[in-house]
Amino acid sequence: MSAADNHIVARASPASRIAAFIGVLLLIGLIAAPWWAGRADMRLISEICLYVALASLWNLLAGYAGLVSVGQQAFVGLGGYFLFAATIFFGVPPLAAIPLAAAAGAALAVPIAVLIFRLRGAYFAIGTWVVAEVFRLVFAQVSALGGGSGTSLPAGIVKGIAASRSLREAYTYWMALGLAVLVVAVVYMLLRSRRGLALTAIRDNELAATSLGIDIWRTKFFVYVISAALTASVGALIFLQKLRISPDAAFSVNDWTAFVIFIVVIGGIGTIEGPIIGTILFFLLRETLADLGTTYLLVLGFVAIAVMLRAPKGLWGYVKDKTGLELFALTRRVVPKA
Amino acid sequence: MEWVNSIVQGVLLGGLYALFAAGLSLIFGVMRLVNIAHGDLIVLAAYLGLTTTIALGVHPLASLMIVVPAMAAIGYVLQRGVLNRTLGDDILPPLLVTFGLSVIIQNGLLEVYTADSQKMNAGAIETASLEVAGGISLGVLPLIMFATAVAVIAGLQLVFYRTALGRAFRATSDNQDIAQLMGLNKAHVFGLAMALSLAVVGIAGVFLGIRTSFDPAIGPGRLIFGFEAVIIGGLGNLWGTLAGGIILGVSQNIGAQIHPGWQTLAGHLAFLFVLAVRPRGLFPRIEG
Repeated sequence: MSAADNHIVARASPASRIAAFIGVLLLIGLIAAPWWAGRADMRLISEICLYVALASLWNLLAGYAGLVSVGQQAFVGLGGYFLFAATIFFGVPPLAAIPLAAAAGAALAVPIAVLIFRLRGAYFAIGTWVVAEVFRLVFAQVSALGGGSGTSLPAGIVKGIAASRSLREAYTYWMALGLAVLVVAVVYMLLRSRRGLALTAIRDNELAATSLGIDIWRTKFFVYVISAALTASVGALIFLQKLRISPDAAFSVNDWTAFVIFIVVIGGIGTIEGPIIGTILFFLLRETLADLGTTYLLVLGFVAIAVMLRAPKGLWGYVKDKTGLELFALTRRVVPKA
Repeated sequence: MEWVNSIVQGVLLGGLYALFAAGLSLIFGVMRLVNIAHGDLIVLAAYLGLTTTIALGVHPLASLMIVVPAMAAIGYVLQRGVLNRTLGDDILPPLLVTFGLSVIIQNGLLEVYTADSQKMNAGAIETASLEVAGGISLGVLPLIMFATAVAVIAGLQLVFYRTALGRAFRATSDNQDIAQLMGLNKAHVFGLAMALSLAVVGIAGVFLGIRTSFDPAIGPGRLIFGFEAVIIGGLGNLWGTLAGGIILGVSQNIGAQIHPGWQTLAGHLAFLFVLAVRPRGLFPRIEG
């Protein structure tokens, strides 16, 4: 009997099945959070969820499509401002504005991509930053939205989400949780699809990928637009929770890009697990060191450099190399037939 | 006349932007490294200038004698100690390490110097001006800065194409392995390139600190100006960065003339416009 007869190619492994099972249990527990968690806890969990979403999207761009962007705050801020404009000027219900923000993000990402895809590598990174700065400066000129000092969401609109404060907080909490799950699921499905295979090929070797007939520009473009759309809807939700927006907060490179890069680097770039683990580590660090102020940011910088030099694949990359463990079934492997 | 004046002032401002850009262009040319911390290093140089001026009681321009060698030394150590270990086919490590460095410098400066904005006082020279035809007057200080920018770029050009060091730079840029075989130590060559880049940053930082007030958070903005000048001028062309800096400075001043809030925005739009019509810049030399 040849090896082909008694072996099969599989993606799922015992580890991925156990992880999926635990993941579902965890998710059920988190969905029920409004009944067991306090307000501060819920706020923290939704912040964690939103960072998981942002980090997973940045990881999709940088870790899989090779598009290192330091300008994702452009779409976070755009989503936030879109939500404010749509609800204040057009009376769109806030929760409906979140998916609409995704459409706006995608529509704007198209011309931006056409323009900045002309820049390569690191220059692409700074090009994305310029775009984000343009957005910040333009919104600072829009006096209907408060100009440079920003604006708050009117009380009437806030009350429109739900009558009671606790119900309102539960709604936005579920939205944050749902968005994080959606983003991770989209990234996972994308990577398992035909396009995902093309992406992995591009990541490993652009030249070889081209020779196999992969349209690199189009594949990267697709990924850029998808992640812009989802980043915009995350941004809309972030500022729906904050209830206040200003150009400096909306287009902050520190909050929406530097922290996100840090999360992905320490967690493990180019893996689905990395951004999730990185977010948890980031919040553990933040909750313990936040009182130190600038020292905390100094520590972040040093940790990021140390990880990049010593363990460039991050924590999860290290674990994966040592154990071959994979919680999301992506890699195909040959296993004996049961 | 107001318009002519703002264009002339924009040209002079362009000299400063060219200084921001020259160091960036240099290291990209030699080792394909884009230093995200470049702007923060400019601000660091401004603070070094400030400290030197206060500690020794010298004129800000005299502080260059200390700031420039100090920045060059920092550059060499940084390159040999950290950045050389990030260079390779993957663009991610140098990008992320310099990004981390940017965060460290910003917050380190914040810790030492606080967030208060500072300015170096250059005395009477700050307000001195020369009257030229048609009621336009040129500030002596902006003129000195522009002339310095031209001299620095001419000097870099000379180093690059007329000296043994420049030959080493160009050789390692063309092919690192063969340069190594020919007896060049590329780690050392890269260290020298970064030292030269940060020496220029030293000049740019002191000029920045004399011209405007500064605080630890303005670094990324300076990086973006420098980067825009590099791309407008065309990658790898040093004289191009001067042209790029001038175009950027003029666009900003025209923008400010139309509406005070549009200064920076006009510069960014000029950059995006050039990117749209001439994606490789106006005077490209090398492939990105």
